[in-house]
Amino acid sequence: VISLHDIRNTVGNIPVEWYKDFPHIGYNLDGKKIYKPIRNKDELDDFLDKMENPEYWRTVHDKQTGSDIVLSDDQVELVNRLQRGQFGDVNFNEYEPMVEFFSSDVMIHPITNRPADKRSFIPSLTEKEKVSKLVHAIKMGWLKPRRVEDDGRGRYYDLWASEDSSILARHRMHLPAPKIPLPGHHESYNPPPEYLFTDEERALWEQQDPGDRKLPFVPRKYSSLRQVPAFSHFIHERFERCLDLYLCPRQRKMRVNVNPEDLIPQLPKPKDLQPFPTTQSLVYRGHSGLVRSISVSPSGQWLASGSDDGSVRFWEVCSSRCMKMVQVGGAVKSVAWNPNPSVCLLAVALDSVVLILSPSLADKQVILSSERLLSAQQEGEEPAEGNGSVVWSEAEGEELNQGVRLKIQHPKAVHQVVWHAKGDYLASVMPDNTSHLQVYIHQLSRRRSQNPFSRNKGLVQCVSFHPIRPYFFVATQRSIRIYNLVKQEMTKKLQANSKWISSMAVHPGGDHVICGSYDCKLSWFDLDLSTKPYKMLRHHKKAVRGVAYHRLYPLFASASDDGSVIVCHGTVYNDLLQNPLIVPVKVLRGHVMTHDLGVLDVTFHPTQPWVFSSGADATIRLFT
Amino acid sequence: MGGLQKKKFERGSATNYITRNRARKKLQLSLPDFRRLCILKGIYPHEPKHKKKVNKGSTAPRTFYLLKDIRFLLHEPIVGKFREYKIFVRKLKKAYGKTEWSAVERLRENKPTYKLDHIIKERYPTFIDALRDIDDALCMCFLFSTFARTGKCHVQTIQLCKRLTVEWMNYVITSRSLRKVFLSIKGIYYQAEVMGQLITWVVPYQFSHDHPVDVDYRVMATFTELYTTLLGFVNFRLYNSLNLVYPPKLDSNAESEPKEESEDDYAMNSESYLEKLSALSASLARVVSSAEEEEAQLDHFPTEGEDMEKMEAREKELKQQEAQKKLFEGLKFYLNREVPRESLAFIIRCFGGQVSWDKSVCIGSTYEMTDETITHHIIDRPSVDKQYINRYYIQPQWVYDCVNAKVLLPVEDYFLGVTLPPHLSPFVEEKEGDYVPPEKLKIMALQRGEKTGNEQEEEEEEEEEEEEEEEQEEEEEDDNGDEEDDEEEVAEEKNLKKMEEQRSQGKSLQVKVTPGKLKVENKARLEQEEKAEEKRLAIMMMKKKEKYLYDKIMFGKKRKVREANKLAAKRKAHDDAEKAKKKKARK
Repeated sequence: VISLHDIRNTVGNIPVEWYKDFPHIGYNLDGKKIYKPIRNKDELDDFLDKMENPEYWRTVHDKQTGSDIVLSDDQVELVNRLQRGQFGDVNFNEYEPMVEFFSSDVMIHPITNRPADKRSFIPSLTEKEKVSKLVHAIKMGWLKPRRVEDDGRGRYYDLWASEDSSILARHRMHLPAPKIPLPGHHESYNPPPEYLFTDEERALWEQQDPGDRKLPFVPRKYSSLRQVPAFSHFIHERFERCLDLYLCPRQRKMRVNVNPEDLIPQLPKPKDLQPFPTTQSLVYRGHSGLVRSISVSPSGQWLASGSDDGSVRFWEVCSSRCMKMVQVGGAVKSVAWNPNPSVCLLAVALDSVVLILSPSLADKQVILSSERLLSAQQEGEEPAEGNGSVVWSEAEGEELNQGVRLKIQHPKAVHQVVWHAKGDYLASVMPDNTSHLQVYIHQLSRRRSQNPFSRNKGLVQCVSFHPIRPYFFVATQRSIRIYNLVKQEMTKKLQANSKWISSMAVHPGGDHVICGSYDCKLSWFDLDLSTKPYKMLRHHKKAVRGVAYHRLYPLFASASDDGSVIVCHGTVYNDLLQNPLIVPVKVLRGHVMTHDLGVLDVTFHPTQPWVFSSGADATIRLFT
Repeated sequence: MGGLQKKKFERGSATNYITRNRARKKLQLSLPDFRRLCILKGIYPHEPKHKKKVNKGSTAPRTFYLLKDIRFLLHEPIVGKFREYKIFVRKLKKAYGKTEWSAVERLRENKPTYKLDHIIKERYPTFIDALRDIDDALCMCFLFSTFARTGKCHVQTIQLCKRLTVEWMNYVITSRSLRKVFLSIKGIYYQAEVMGQLITWVVPYQFSHDHPVDVDYRVMATFTELYTTLLGFVNFRLYNSLNLVYPPKLDSNAESEPKEESEDDYAMNSESYLEKLSALSASLARVVSSAEEEEAQLDHFPTEGEDMEKMEAREKELKQQEAQKKLFEGLKFYLNREVPRESLAFIIRCFGGQVSWDKSVCIGSTYEMTDETITHHIIDRPSVDKQYINRYYIQPQWVYDCVNAKVLLPVEDYFLGVTLPPHLSPFVEEKEGDYVPPEKLKIMALQRGEKTGNEQEEEEEEEEEEEEEEEQEEEEEDDNGDEEDDEEEVAEEKNLKKMEEQRSQGKSLQVKVTPGKLKVENKARLEQEEKAEEKRLAIMMMKKKEKYLYDKIMFGKKRKVREANKLAAKRKAHDDAEKAKKKKARK
């Protein structure tokens, strides 16, 4: 026991650092200080010692006393044994035979002499408690006997043995989930070469959003089956299918499965609706600018055209020969032949002037009567010119020789002139958004002009007289107003449902109006039916520039910037209950597009089923 | 005015739907439980016709369930089981917390379980209904059976899936109902016809899965739970219909051979049993050991006219099917170790072939590689050392292509080291106007019994080209008429212009009379043009709505044609390149 205590230093088992700052490291048995060695060994000393001292390897530094101790041979041996994990004592035998005290053999003497416990004779109370608890639990049904685990062999049986078709478990709103689409050639591990992506397609595929891609994978080709790798998205796809099955809202979608041919309406065959113009037969050349306006004489023998090159030309219809040319000195906006067959006069609108021309292209009597009409007023009193802004004047000199008879000077640029069916009245249009002076009605025989409107109702696009009754049609940008000239009131306002009306034509019966608009539409109004269009025709691809009715045949035509003239058959029935039948019968092409303009004006021959069209390519064409 | 004021959203469609949250509250279930219930009972959201009305005027995106569906869920006994389970979990936690291990054990022993039998019966009142919906079940079970025991799902589930899929495959083999197979980059598709229902499933290639992190395995496990029950019942019924013993037993007569060699050193009986089954090499035991199956003969009914034709067609089809069933009969296959054993063994056995493999690959091989009677050796490596002279060494694609073509294809294209012909999907049925790859045409010709030489191929190609041209012509036809007219006019105008110029220059006109040319009018063409124009004019008169629809349909059609043309063009370019290469190589 004593040896356990180190008595060389009496400070006890304390950390040596505590004496760090002192010159001693403790006290010996006598109570004297044990001093530290004066000079601490540094590394060099240590090294020298290691090199020179043969006992170095068995020298141990004793921290307690601060001295070095050289181990004896016995001590070294002990250290070695301990390091090998052997007992320190050399004489200790670890393999002594075991004595079995507690064996199956019953001995005559007990191992211990202790008497048996009392609790080994009496039943256990805690056990009783536990058992009674279990019994109680069983009684109360809390504790159930161990369940017999079925191994799955007998788990399945014939579930549908008694198939009862009367069970309709699901109500009729049940929508079965659609099956997964079957794979196509694309998905093959070795697809035909055309199904593989080219570099462009591949780049496109990579750029696209995963939702937009046509194929959810890139087709690949492997030269043999062993090279096919696992598909990395397999679990993903299955999971997505699961999500679809229980999360995706289902909706019954009616898919129209129609034959597109059935959608096309059954119309009477164009063949049965003849006559109508079908082919281009004549081209009238001569103008150098775009031909804005054309007009056919009531006899159907002459055609007048006004062009941007400042000339009005008169053509013979049958021979396409230019009979006469009048230089009027300005871009001609509109020409209109007097519809009265007993006179031969032409109204021409250019700049702010309306000219009345007598082309003298008729027999003498007609020329005479037209001269008479022009001069009738001359003999009478001088025109009073009530509203001063319009000035009538006679043509003189050179102009007179060319056939110009009258000049009607307007305050603003005139865009359109129209004759009344009787041939005495003449309306001119000066579109102007700011004033009510947009339309003038001139009376030729009395050389009088009047402005029928006192209020501005919008930019007037074109006007037209009713062919029979005293009505006056005024088309503004978005609507057509119909005025009763006798009562001097508006009778109707037609809504064209288009952005900008370009042209208008009145049916010779007077009950129907068509108007074309710059937004490619053509609307047919049935005046008896409604103020809304009876039919909107969207046949043209570009702005509609001109529309016209045939006087005798049930035909109408529309000219458009897309270079085509579309002739439609429009039968109007006398029976009010029957709606007009509109059938497009022919698309006439021929005009060349110039400056994005195609056909500018269209008009029918008064007696034949022929149609004239004038275009931006400076030609006039006759389709028969 | 009398009567109560009508309130909004108290009648009509607003009362027929219920949002998910409200449904959950009504059922008093947590979201995971609700999800499980929906999956098991097959309840899915519905998209109402007028969403805003149903949503009480709001346009917030919500999922709606039918109120009837939710009411139907209210009476589901399984909801009670869910609650029991919740309580069980709570008790178990408590027992753990108190370290009462005996209680834990007791609780675990009495873990509440539920059965899905009644749900299956309810969802699929008839057997055919169940069969119709078994595609997804099969796909899922086949996927789960390939999972490793990595803790993504219970081991029991994996084992059950394995067992059920093996049972299914054995049924398909015995009933010989496999129709189509397809090697895709995703996996192998199989299509079987069971009781008149086409059933398609896909099996992934045999690789360990790279489990994605963004997949909720609980959802998949719930589905699998349902699907395993369904598949088990379906299997039972199918086995019964063929008089087979369920659970399947190997036929003791036929089985004798493999039994001898293996038993003692292999594994426990119960384990090796499933493996032997999954080897797919032995036939199954029947309840009544019947002799050969009687041939299915179509009864003849006295019929007339069209019915007769239909009958004949059906008979023909049936005959073809019978022939397909016996496709590999009499052939003896040997699988090399690098080919997908399970798939090939399944297919070959489905069509009556005999198949074996190396003993070390899998249990259940029936004959050795040295067997002299082997006719086809399936191998998927560039070369082999020792070749037996009396058998074909072919690549595995041959088997799949034969099944799809329903005839034994010439083996030359599939020999060792030969570049394989493309593998086509048997599921694509080309309609008129669709693109048909030339390989398919070849196979179709083979099916018809024609022999394909090189000449014929070329002819076919030519034909194709012609067809294409025709198509293009048709497309252009509409415009052609006008163009021609235009051209004539242009020419005329040029002439006129020339004349005018000459006139304006003051030259005297060179008057020249040339004999006119007789213009031959193509009557058929004219008629066609007329018809086309009529159609165009009629289209102009279409109503806006119909025009829209018409345009859409035509757009779709045109797109289809465009795609077909694109494929054809691609193919042609490819073939040309190949030819050029060949020529170069020859030089």
